Amino acid sequence: MKSITKGAIIYEAGSTIKNKTGDWRTFKPVIDINKCVRCGLCWAYCPDAAIIKADDANARQGWKPVVDYDFCKGCGICAKECPVGAIEMVKEEK
Amino acid sequence: MAKIVLKGNGAVALAIKMARVDVVAAYPITPSTFIPEKISEYVANGEMDAEFIPVESEHSAMSACIGASAAGLRAATATSSQGLELMHEMLFIASGMRLPIVMGVANRALSAPINIWCDHQDTISARDTGWIQFYAENNQEAFDLMLIAFRVAEDERVLLPAMVGLDAFILTHTFEPVDVPEQREVDDFLPPYRPKHAYLDPERPITQGSFVYPEYYMEFKYGQWIAMESARDVIDEVFADFASRFGRKYEKVSTFMCDDAEIVLITMGSLSGTVRHVVRELRNEGIKVGVAKITVFRPFPHKEIIRAVKNAKVVGVLEKNVSFGFGGAVYGEVLATVHGEGLDTKVLDFIVGLGGRDVRVEDVKEVVKICSDALQGKAVDKINWINVDKEAVKNA
Repeated sequence: MKSITKGAIIYEAGSTIKNKTGDWRTFKPVIDINKCVRCGLCWAYCPDAAIIKADDANARQGWKPVVDYDFCKGCGICAKECPVGAIEMVKEEK
Repeated sequence: MAKIVLKGNGAVALAIKMARVDVVAAYPITPSTFIPEKISEYVANGEMDAEFIPVESEHSAMSACIGASAAGLRAATATSSQGLELMHEMLFIASGMRLPIVMGVANRALSAPINIWCDHQDTISARDTGWIQFYAENNQEAFDLMLIAFRVAEDERVLLPAMVGLDAFILTHTFEPVDVPEQREVDDFLPPYRPKHAYLDPERPITQGSFVYPEYYMEFKYGQWIAMESARDVIDEVFADFASRFGRKYEKVSTFMCDDAEIVLITMGSLSGTVRHVVRELRNEGIKVGVAKITVFRPFPHKEIIRAVKNAKVVGVLEKNVSFGFGGAVYGEVLATVHGEGLDTKVLDFIVGLGGRDVRVEDVKEVVKICSDALQGKAVDKINWINVDKEAVKNA
């Protein structure tokens, strides 16, 4: 059974985490980690904070960029900004 | 209780002060300018403990009121005509977010051509925004209905915004004696606004104005529908409580000589007094005519309209608005109400008083003449423009 509140108020903080927006995507960014120089521009430019700095013991910097596909909307800004061409936008197959 | 001589705008400003409104955000527009002007004076003089926000547009005025109300405060504003149209999209948001903002509207014509005088096109065009609508006949009603509007709007069963229309210049700029209660009497009638749904508290983080998918949107609209339906009984309760405290009895539709009337004229706002005057005269000539004045237009008072016209054979709706390609909005609603009830009463529309055109005694008599013709079975037009020089458009 559905249940609503007055005025569509959500009485819970941080509820956007439940609203996965990744399925809005037409193209998805795919990172070639061997080309990546860990400059962090993709992480800085992502408007949805969908690029995460994940631990990477093999890298001198100690991290690598990983796309959070639950929230990446496929805008392509990361691919546009990447100075070494390490990010490719690939058509989503659904 | 004191009798104070106030213009309509002054009555609205004083009601907002006495309602102990926390936030007023407003932008000046003729003929409602005096309302924010007076409130800014009250605040500057320390007579009113409120935040007055002089915003850059009416869109911002309503947006700021929405913010204030969403924070759990009592918010009010005033506007007119183009100003109301500029805040149009925000009107839907105030209602959809269930924020009981109260607004005084000086009913003024819409451009083009630009005109600052009275008609009801502005608030009628806001009919479907989910706001409760009251229309005042005089300055006392403007004052009283503003206080009543807060009580109704803030009722937990309702939680919808409300607007009170008062006729441009005819009321806004005309001085009349107004019975003003003591502050403590107003405080007893209108306790502080303490919402359970929408307020800001760091201990209770919430999201307001959230995004809703098709799976839920209609449920929210249905919730608004139910709230507006609930407002019917709440308005009656508040009217009764107001009458017991202050002695003035309001009705959604107030009738005058309707019981045995063959012709009932329907009116809204300041026009009603003129129409009652003519009806009294015509009664002396033996014409069985009565008046039903609509004070509450949203929710539309179906039951009360039926009660007023059930014995009539012809209903004439006098209204200061037009929906091009149909007729007057009030006519459409009365027609649907009367025929929906299964009555075969003839309903005629009379477009009057647009852009401040005087509605004179002879105009009302002409309306009654057309209604009498219909009563005698003569063919008459359904939609009638009264006191218009129809020749004037021929060479336009």
